[in-house]
Amino acid sequence: MKNYRSMVLISNDPHSMVQGAQEIFDCIKTEVKKYQLEDEVSIAMASDISRMDIAPVVVVYPEAVVYGPMKIEDVPFLVEEHLYKGRVANRLQAPKKALSGPIAWLSAREGSLPAEQRIVLERAGVIDPESIDDYIIHDGYQALGKALGEMKPEDVIATLKNSGLRGRGGAGFPTGLKWSFVAGVKSDKKYVVCNADESEPGTFKDRLILEGDPHSIIEAMIIAGYAIGADEGYIYVRGEYELAQSRLKTAIQQAKEYGMLGKNIFGSAHSFELHVHAGAGAYVCGEETALLESIEGKRGEPRPRPPYPTTDGLWGKPTLINNVETLANVPAILRHGADWFKTFGTPSSPGTKVYTILGNVNKTGLVEVSMGITLREVISIYAKGMKSGATFKLAQTGGSSGSIIPASLQDTPMDYDSYAKAGVSLGSGALLICSEETCVIDLAKVLLQFFKFESCGKCNPCRIGNIRALQTLDRISEGLGTAQDIETLQSISKNLYEMSNCGLGQTAGAPLKDIINHFRAEVDAHIKLKVCPAGVCAMSGQSNLYK
Amino acid sequence: MNKIKSLDDLKRVREEALEKRSKTTVTGKAHIIVGMGTCGIAAGARETMKAVLDTIEAEKMEGILVTQTGCIGLCEQEPILQVVRGDEEQVTYGKVNPDVAKRILKEHVVEGKVVKEFVVNL
Ligand SMILES: Cc1cc2nc3c(=O)[nH]c(=O)nc-3n(C[C@H](O)[C@H](O)[C@H](O)COP(=O)(O)O)c2cc1C
Repeated sequence: MKNYRSMVLISNDPHSMVQGAQEIFDCIKTEVKKYQLEDEVSIAMASDISRMDIAPVVVVYPEAVVYGPMKIEDVPFLVEEHLYKGRVANRLQAPKKALSGPIAWLSAREGSLPAEQRIVLERAGVIDPESIDDYIIHDGYQALGKALGEMKPEDVIATLKNSGLRGRGGAGFPTGLKWSFVAGVKSDKKYVVCNADESEPGTFKDRLILEGDPHSIIEAMIIAGYAIGADEGYIYVRGEYELAQSRLKTAIQQAKEYGMLGKNIFGSAHSFELHVHAGAGAYVCGEETALLESIEGKRGEPRPRPPYPTTDGLWGKPTLINNVETLANVPAILRHGADWFKTFGTPSSPGTKVYTILGNVNKTGLVEVSMGITLREVISIYAKGMKSGATFKLAQTGGSSGSIIPASLQDTPMDYDSYAKAGVSLGSGALLICSEETCVIDLAKVLLQFFKFESCGKCNPCRIGNIRALQTLDRISEGLGTAQDIETLQSISKNLYEMSNCGLGQTAGAPLKDIINHFRAEVDAHIKLKVCPAGVCAMSGQSNLYK
Repeated sequence: MNKIKSLDDLKRVREEALEKRSKTTVTGKAHIIVGMGTCGIAAGARETMKAVLDTIEAEKMEGILVTQTGCIGLCEQEPILQVVRGDEEQVTYGKVNPDVAKRILKEHVVEGKVVKEFVVNL
């Protein structure tokens, strides 16, 4: 399971080929062999990275340096400098202003990015999760000791703000800012809640953290309590995660015995109490206000906002809600400092992100990598490439409520800002990689089926919109689509986004918008020609959905 | 258990734990770690763990520390079993069913020969 340390891409569009891209490819291969780097460097051709005036282009990852126009006589120098000595070969770089098209994104990447980086998963799979001693051996509870002993609550928040950590639950809200909101409200009682509902299909990063390193979440929550002035916390764990729940309960018991939970922690005035609450099973319970309702023992339906949980949360008290992965970053940031954290990732999204890779690739599973790497790297390096014979067509991020990312965006750095600029979202960290055998109509149907099923039914746009969208998609997939359908889907998508009460409905329309924006020809083929280019849809001429 | 009241207390607890750990590994021949996340358990890690413990008992093997851990992100390769033998480098095995576990105990832990066909290159 060797990971390549570098990846080299050579453009092979027609223009580059005329300019000798094949010879350059061969020459790079020979040179790399000369230095015996063939096990460390992957070399491939790509058709969508070039531009006329700098063809042929050579892109070297992970630094994401673009070289071009590449001449064969410069190849030995390039390989020696960059791949062997590890220095950027400045004089061969393409001029910054010549970067446009898909690779334009790469200029947003600054500095060099190391390979897989473990901050959040540092101890998962290394320590015994049922032993507090093992956690302490691996630097556990030092951040708590430091916070309580040497820092004021406002120092803790300042460090977090400074680190640039953003929420990993999907929306990417700045964590330090959220903490300061709750800290700034005066109240006799406040709560810290950890959102471990994790019901996005295909996402299992939070489970892995909870099962592999439960004390890190407990430590982070005690620190959060100190910073915002709360003395009680809840961990809302997805109901099906029985192992995670039992390990958390064991860990809480051990933390109590060591005096990490309870009164006067570390001999300070800070006291903290922690409960594990088993989730109620619905997807919407992961939405923060529905989650609060659920903890209060009510039906998990989202509350109208404002007021936000930061002022009116659990039982009406100011409440801090963070995702598991967000919290798991906190002890490391306090231990090593904000500046250390900022050395990972991009300036606007520091740190790492845990991704669960699924789909048509050679290696599925879980990786933690710096923010700002590209989908192409994830697929080629961490997922070991597409399965043989398969070509990458699209990726679905973030379980269901992410985006459909077409291959044309595979060089976009995966960080909150670059993705927002490209009109897509990172979601919760699931990456479903699909080959050309996937039909976008079929994919949208699967997603809408999920949203329809999970809609709580409280607000009309979501309850009705999802069903209507699903019916329309079903008709299209059966060869009954009409020209009107595109407009219908667009308007449903817009209405879902603008009028739904909570994030569930607001994101449910995203797949509709994405397939029309990025795969219009394929949608049109279904509607106008009555063919499914991927050969997935039945096209039977009958649709019986919810008649 | 005395409560931890300061960073110094924490340091002391850490050192004690480290010492306890090194005692078991120095006197012991090997440390066996079984991946027991949900993915591991679903793939049969409990059976693997049971086979390890049963074999140690049946063969009266001594000084072997067996612990569990969470998922390391290689869910496809579960059940995963890792062996640290004395000062040697840690070896990670994948797809370890009870029979493979018994083989690893016999060939690697006792005789010192790594069972190559089940090694996962990290
Ligand atoms: C329908 C829906 C489901 C959600 N599910 C989850 C979830 O399972 N886990 C999670 O952490 N956040 C989930 N969220 C996001 C939370 O509402 C909230 O933004 C998050 O917990 C904030 O934590 P963060 O700032 O650490 O990201 C969901 C949101 C919506 C709209």
